[in-house]
Amino acid sequence: MPETAHAADRRDAAWWVDRAVQILVLAGGLSAIVFIAGIFVFITREGAGFVFDRFDFREFFGSPRWTPTSSHNPTYGALALIAGTASVTGLAMVVSVPFSLGAAIYIGEFATGRVRETLKVLVELLAAIPSVVWGFIGLSIMNPLIIQVFDVPVGLNVLNAGVILGLMAAPIMTTIAEDALKAVPDTYREAAEAMGATRWQVTFKVVLPAARNGLVAATLLGVGRGFGETMAVLMASGHSINLPTSPFDSVRALTATIAAELGETAAGSDHYGALFTLGIFLFLVTFAINFAADVFVRGGQRKHRRRGRRPAASANP
Amino acid sequence: MSVAEPATPGAVDASAAILVEKLNLWYGDFQALLDVDLRVRAGAITSLIGPSGCGKTTLLRSVNRINERLGYVRTTGSIRLWGLDVLDPSVEIAQLRKQVGMVFQRPNPLPLSVRDNVLFGTRVHLPDGRPPNRVEGDRIVEEALRQVLLWDELKDSLDRRGTELSLEQQQKLCIARLLPVKPRLLLMDEPCSALDPAGTEAVEELIWKLRGDYTILIVTHNMAQARRASEECVFMLLGEIIEHSDTASMFLNPANSQTAAYIEGRYG
Ligand SMILES: Nc1ncnc2c1ncn2[C@@H]1O[C@H](COP(=O)(O)OP(=O)(O)OP(=O)(O)O)[C@@H](O)[C@H]1O
Ligand SMILES: [Mg+2]
Repeated sequence: MPETAHAADRRDAAWWVDRAVQILVLAGGLSAIVFIAGIFVFITREGAGFVFDRFDFREFFGSPRWTPTSSHNPTYGALALIAGTASVTGLAMVVSVPFSLGAAIYIGEFATGRVRETLKVLVELLAAIPSVVWGFIGLSIMNPLIIQVFDVPVGLNVLNAGVILGLMAAPIMTTIAEDALKAVPDTYREAAEAMGATRWQVTFKVVLPAARNGLVAATLLGVGRGFGETMAVLMASGHSINLPTSPFDSVRALTATIAAELGETAAGSDHYGALFTLGIFLFLVTFAINFAADVFVRGGQRKHRRRGRRPAASANP
Repeated sequence: MSVAEPATPGAVDASAAILVEKLNLWYGDFQALLDVDLRVRAGAITSLIGPSGCGKTTLLRSVNRINERLGYVRTTGSIRLWGLDVLDPSVEIAQLRKQVGMVFQRPNPLPLSVRDNVLFGTRVHLPDGRPPNRVEGDRIVEEALRQVLLWDELKDSLDRRGTELSLEQQQKLCIARLLPVKPRLLLMDEPCSALDPAGTEAVEELIWKLRGDYTILIVTHNMAQARRASEECVFMLLGEIIEHSDTASMFLNPANSQTAAYIEGRYG
């Protein structure tokens, strides 16, 4: 860099630090993108061989027969796995949506002061429980409980995994839903209260409709979480290939299949490629879900921003 | 407490809509109202003027107890609306607020359709013991929007969001949504301050038109507006009421020198 004698050109320590930090931050931001792209490229490349040579759309999405290790006639039907993931995630949402919405409404609209702060911390603590611990709860508490209460032979099934996954997803959904409620301008509540609405009426007739986008986003992110969850589902679902017809059927999830089988396949084999194809499918589905959630969140923000424009200064005499 | 006590000097002797006695109010440790006595005549428009921070909004917000949302407000004294003791802890807040409509400085329609905004009050208060049906709803919406001179503009866009209207339309909508539950008193806190001159004129005209059907207490920073649009005028300073008389005589010959100074623009 050429030295100039110009007095304004003061490249002192602060200037260099400023430059260095800028470059560091830029590198950090770019590397996130590079990693995501890299992961996607890697998964696609590993799965590509299978997708182009062996992949049969009808079989993959239409057949429940997943027998990749069969020596004479291996089949790669993912329907049962997709159904397993879908049924567990669906039940999980049935459990977690009311829980998390209820908790978010209570924390955001009714609780005050200490109670509110304590609950928020508790919810965040719940979100930090590792999934293997949830799986353990599924194995050692839910399993005997389900056997005893419903009088069924196995307690590792859709019900077990769904409840566990629901409880797991609820804290993060609560946090996001509460953020959505907090983003509703207080002037709406004040306006409704001034018209004589009770707290419940304000919540149900004004706040929830206004926060709808954020709440949908919270639910979608919960769905995405459920879709991608592996360990707890592996431990609680029974891990047997099945098209479930009742909550008491054992199932196997997409993620659990990859986790359990990938270590035993030869790199480059059909089985290996098929597992990566499952990965691509999972990646695309979670990407779509998160993208949809993002669209909803943005929609909500834009709405409130428009509402929040500042008034013109009041006219003085 | 006798309602027939001597009227404030200058006030016309008629039945009082609001009767405030020895009202003191604190925000935490800060006292915002000091021994306020006020008698607002039923069926008239009373304007509340005074420099910024003198407690106009605070007084207004005490009448429908919306101040209590803050949680750190303490009040002593009494406020009576047609004899109802507003500050009595056993008062039904919902019933109180049904009788007392409030219009805010910043138009604040609910994030619902125009129609749902107008019908909100009936859905909260259920005047017939149930929400209005489709036909009744249509009639209520038309009547309310006609009263605020919005019907011709909005009759084809009742499904638009209230928050998407122009500010003037929003403020008129905020007045319209109070009318279906038939309040007796309307509290307005600088209802025109967010509007342009044309909007101000339109809303002022509307307020003038509502006179007689409703008792109106309106806060304004605009002397010309107070003069044009009110029958009685109350001047406040630092949490106290300095002067209360009919508007014409307050502006022609104010009894108090501070009032005179404010009206002439020496307080800003
Ligand atoms: N929420 C609050 N918390 C604490 N102090 C407040 C609060 N609201 C108002 N005050 C104080 O109370 C006093 C009266 O305020 P108020 O808003 O009633 O005045 P105002 O006459 O309406 O003023 P303006 O003309 O600016 O609207 C002011 O000194 C203000 O700082
Ligand atoms: Mg004010």
